Amino acid sequence: MLPAGPHALLVELADGERAEAFHAELLRRRERGALPGVREIVPGARTVLLDGIEDGTGREGRVPAGRGRARDRLACDLLSWPIPPLRREEQDAVEIPVVYDGPDLEEVAALWGVRADEVPGLHSRTAFRVAFCGFAPGFGYLTGLPERLYVPRRATPRTRVPAGALALAGPYTGVYPRPSPGGWQLIGRMVDPAVLWDPRREPAALLGPGTRVRFVVPEPVPPPRTEPRR
Amino acid sequence: MTAVRNGLLHVVRPGALTTVQDAGRPGWAHLGVGRSGALDAPAARLANRLAGNAPGAALLETTVTGCAVRPDRPVVAVVGGAGCRVTVDGRPVAWGAPVRVPAGAVLDVGPALHGVRGYLAFAGGLEPDPVLGSRSADLLSGIGPAPLSEGDTLPLGEPAGRPPAYGPTAPWPGAPAELVLPLHPGPRDTWFTPAALHTLTTAAYRVSPHSNRIGLRTEGPALERAREGELPSEGMVLGAIQVPPDGLPVVFLNDHPTTGGYPVVGVVPETALAKAAQAVPGTPVRFVRA
Repeated sequence: MLPAGPHALLVELADGERAEAFHAELLRRRERGALPGVREIVPGARTVLLDGIEDGTGREGRVPAGRGRARDRLACDLLSWPIPPLRREEQDAVEIPVVYDGPDLEEVAALWGVRADEVPGLHSRTAFRVAFCGFAPGFGYLTGLPERLYVPRRATPRTRVPAGALALAGPYTGVYPRPSPGGWQLIGRMVDPAVLWDPRREPAALLGPGTRVRFVVPEPVPPPRTEPRR
Repeated sequence: MTAVRNGLLHVVRPGALTTVQDAGRPGWAHLGVGRSGALDAPAARLANRLAGNAPGAALLETTVTGCAVRPDRPVVAVVGGAGCRVTVDGRPVAWGAPVRVPAGAVLDVGPALHGVRGYLAFAGGLEPDPVLGSRSADLLSGIGPAPLSEGDTLPLGEPAGRPPAYGPTAPWPGAPAELVLPLHPGPRDTWFTPAALHTLTTAAYRVSPHSNRIGLRTEGPALERAREGELPSEGMVLGAIQVPPDGLPVVFLNDHPTTGGYPVVGVVPETALAKAAQAVPGTPVRFVRA
């Protein structure tokens, strides 16, 4: 339980799994109205940040003396919470059609000790989950790969990674929502990256924290019939 | 589509960096979207109040070199924040107070004489399409209206019933000769040596010219880490003093990344950041324990 200024708490958990479970519990409590006013709940790799913790009742002029008091009360409360483990099947997985043809496919295959044509199968059979977001709007850090498939970042980052690039680094998989510099290993691309982030849509991010994700290779479209149907 | 029935503001000279800002876009950090909003929030609120607007109406934020705009209808404007010369069609007008700009006249906001960021409020505000509930430009995540370019137009809003506050000008805070930033230690102060924490709160730092809306960068002694290695990405708050591998503290301002992997040695409370927004490069910085 680490203070981050007078109105924020950074809660550090033992590992990513527990951080996700704690985040899920925070959202459940907020849904029930059993959480004091908090402006932002931001999951990280092993942490959850609670930012903008409101002092007092939220009414003007009702702020109790002593800054950070609400923060400290909340910190004490959190310690007593029982945190149920993550339930993996709470929601359907979002399916993301991808093509595995990235420039780093051979290199990743070599790091995994497999042939390049085995990478798509190994990757797409993984049940992923958005652990947290960051870097850019709509960019989700997806966990789920077994540890033996973790790969390092590239020694030299690319100055421009195209939108939709499917990328790996450490325990994470991600899809770039828009062109940007990037140091992750590119193994493929999303067929329609525009759906990742659309601020006019609700929700704006396709891959918000906690979302289950599966990558799928689209079935090839059957060739058109040569004769029109009568 | 945005209605343009209330008139348009034409951009004649965009200046080094002029953006549309309002009270910002809090509440979306979990999706990687920062809060954004006017860096000198009290100055923006005051400009809006003098223009007869709600405190969070959208206005322009200029950077160092000012800007020039031409409304296609008569409008009352207030130029505040960084001190500067203001003219309407070449004639000097008041800074920091409501001025009438006739239709087709050029309102020119000169380079900052002190401070960094100027605010131009127009009675009725600016009304580009909001994104996630805000009209603020977020330079890091690229959402909201793009920084102004020559020839751009921005929709003006309908003036509210409140009249602009003509009369004695309100006191505007000046640019700091020295920037004193109170800090609350943590969350990752234990990643630094006791000597580094002593250095941070006693040494003389200066505002770096590489500062921007994302962070106030500093020049001075580097802070020594007590533990090496990477910090797994974690949520970052406004005012966080992040220390990248070069050891020089960066104070996160409104367009900061929502998560980051460098340790945060302390946090500057939000109320102290308005002065940071007006500190010119080279301004001495002292971090003091809050």
